[in-house]
Amino acid sequence: MDRDPTLSANGSSRGGEELSPHAVAFDDARMEVIMGRLLQVGVLLSASVVLVGGVMYLAAHAATRASYRVFTANPIQLRHPAALLRGIARGDASAIVELGILLLVATPICRVVFAVIAFAIQRDRLYVTISLTVLAVLLLGMVRGS
Amino acid sequence: MPLLCFILLIFAGSFVAGLLGALTGLGGGVVLIPLLTLAFHVDMRYAIGASLISVIATSSGAAAAYVREGYSNVRIGMFLEVATTLGAVLGAYLATRAPTRALAMIFGVVLIYSAWLSRSKMEEDAAAVVENPWSDRLGMSAAYPDGAHGGHTSYKVDRIPAGFATMFGAGVLSGLLGIGSGAVKVLAMDKIMRIPFKVSTTTSNFMIGVTAAASAGIYLARGYVNPGLAFPVMLGVLAGSLLGAKILVHSRVSLLRTIFAVVIAVLGIEMIVNGWLGKV
Repeated sequence: MDRDPTLSANGSSRGGEELSPHAVAFDDARMEVIMGRLLQVGVLLSASVVLVGGVMYLAAHAATRASYRVFTANPIQLRHPAALLRGIARGDASAIVELGILLLVATPICRVVFAVIAFAIQRDRLYVTISLTVLAVLLLGMVRGS
Repeated sequence: MPLLCFILLIFAGSFVAGLLGALTGLGGGVVLIPLLTLAFHVDMRYAIGASLISVIATSSGAAAAYVREGYSNVRIGMFLEVATTLGAVLGAYLATRAPTRALAMIFGVVLIYSAWLSRSKMEEDAAAVVENPWSDRLGMSAAYPDGAHGGHTSYKVDRIPAGFATMFGAGVLSGLLGIGSGAVKVLAMDKIMRIPFKVSTTTSNFMIGVTAAASAGIYLARGYVNPGLAFPVMLGVLAGSLLGAKILVHSRVSLLRTIFAVVIAVLGIEMIVNGWLGKV
């Protein structure tokens, strides 16, 4: 992948060492560039998994008729993490799509985790606290759901 | 309808929704949900689940492009995400309890409001001089690149409590209806907190993904995200919005915005009528 021009604009010539505590110019602009790249990689990864799962889904269910008129919640196999893992191991298409979706949901959460680390490197206590609060609410949503 | 045909149609529709959403700045959800429920007769809960996933994809997919411009403010975003994520958890909790016809009618009202907002949205106010000590205390004061001379224009943030409260409301709408509610987020930052327009729109994009992730856990656990529906929707909206963002750079969209505003207002009325009659 081509290098992001803004990386060099921020006075850095190193590519993969963004997390080093000795990084010289670790300012907000640099932080946002890394976050942007993080999100891009996450969405590409999850879209690829969803695409693979989707093609398999089409192949497996080609004969069925599609209707989403009546709501029936997804079977428990797609909602419980352990069961989902078994589904993926079996090569179940729905489970693979669901994995891609989980990767996608994890992407913005990773961004917040990264923000906690980045603000900690900047020794910005206020924003470490604020980022941790956002992270706590995100985890609350996960726990409340299950 | 045979599955392949159905999925291709959903993909094509989602692609157009993503394209229009990016071109008009309103996001894919506002077209996608009426399309799925009114045209494809998809249950509102499936439509909301699939839309919420596509919102995360769009927001994350556009992030790198937005960062490159250097307008977004990570501190303002993170601070306000406390409000939007709390709202989103509440909204998703309410969505699992509210009847679908009530959701459809609320969605209709939001569509009509978005249509009305989009008429007046693009104007950029002359930079107001803001003096608020909390802007510095919370580390939100910053500067954005000023194209012409390679310099920077500095700005401060005002009316933080009112902006925070509006962001909570934006979060509730996002969690309740599975949309990004970018229009309300920009409204809170641009009009209430008097943050420069470009900073507001780019920062809003980052917040949309985190906000949607907060309610996604609840939707996933409740089984609202159907894999067979979510995969063509997510891929379609993502592809459409990425193309839209590319076109946007070199095209005039004012006529398109006007047409789009009328279309979503009509869709809004249709959602309200269908909700009222219990047909959703």
